[in-house]
Amino acid sequence: MSNIKNVFDISGRAMAAQLVRLNTVASNLANAGNIAGSKEEAYKSIKPVFETKFAEHAKTSGLATVDAVEVKQVSAEPEKSFMPEHPQADSDGYVYKAAVNVDQEMVEMMEAGRQYQNNIEVISTIRALMMRTLSLGK
Amino acid sequence: MSGIKQYLDIHSQALSLRNKKNEIIASNIANAATPNYKARDLDFNMEMSRHLKTGKLTITDDKHIPLMRPVSHKGVSFREPLQQSLDGNTVELAVEQMEFSENSIRYSTTLSFLNSKISGLMSAIRGE
Repeated sequence: MSNIKNVFDISGRAMAAQLVRLNTVASNLANAGNIAGSKEEAYKSIKPVFETKFAEHAKTSGLATVDAVEVKQVSAEPEKSFMPEHPQADSDGYVYKAAVNVDQEMVEMMEAGRQYQNNIEVISTIRALMMRTLSLGK
Repeated sequence: MSGIKQYLDIHSQALSLRNKKNEIIASNIANAATPNYKARDLDFNMEMSRHLKTGKLTITDDKHIPLMRPVSHKGVSFREPLQQSLDGNTVELAVEQMEFSENSIRYSTTLSFLNSKISGLMSAIRGE
């Protein structure tokens, strides 16, 4: 798609971006509490980067949409805990817990869900208006 | 024919402006989570009076410049946020939702006006 023409392009892309966000939340929550044997192996939460697309349109027509351009790993330190009896413990007896803030992820999930719903609402409203316009004069 | 066109002109213009405004608000809602995005809006009244060539001064010639000149391109300007956010995004979902529903209702109203005008024309044509 090289251009945005109507609300289906705008809100459809935004929904795709929010879905990427929801997927990252799902991955983070699924890996919360995972234990690894070293700092490098430990899971670190991932976050999408949102960017306005067709910003050049915005100057003339006001239309712009959004894309999740990349997914980045957050530079958070995994939690180190002393569990020498753990099979994955390193030579000093430490294991590393995934660097996922569960509360933050839950808030993120709610926000992404809300915004996904907002976009659906926009599409369904405009679709209904378009259908009414098509039957104009009947 | 031009009579009929003129008869329906104001509503068709209003309809296309309302549609444009809806799409701009859709862009704002789509970008509700994008850092540094600035919410935009269309000044409907200004655009409408530009089309109708009315304003503070009456326009009698095409070369006249309307007094209510839009500041930005094609009447699209930035929205003033009620509260600044940390990521530089000025979209406030409550404001956008309210604007969107108001604009949709107004679109529907214009459609109803058009519908009744058209049915009035039809009954005049049929002579029933």
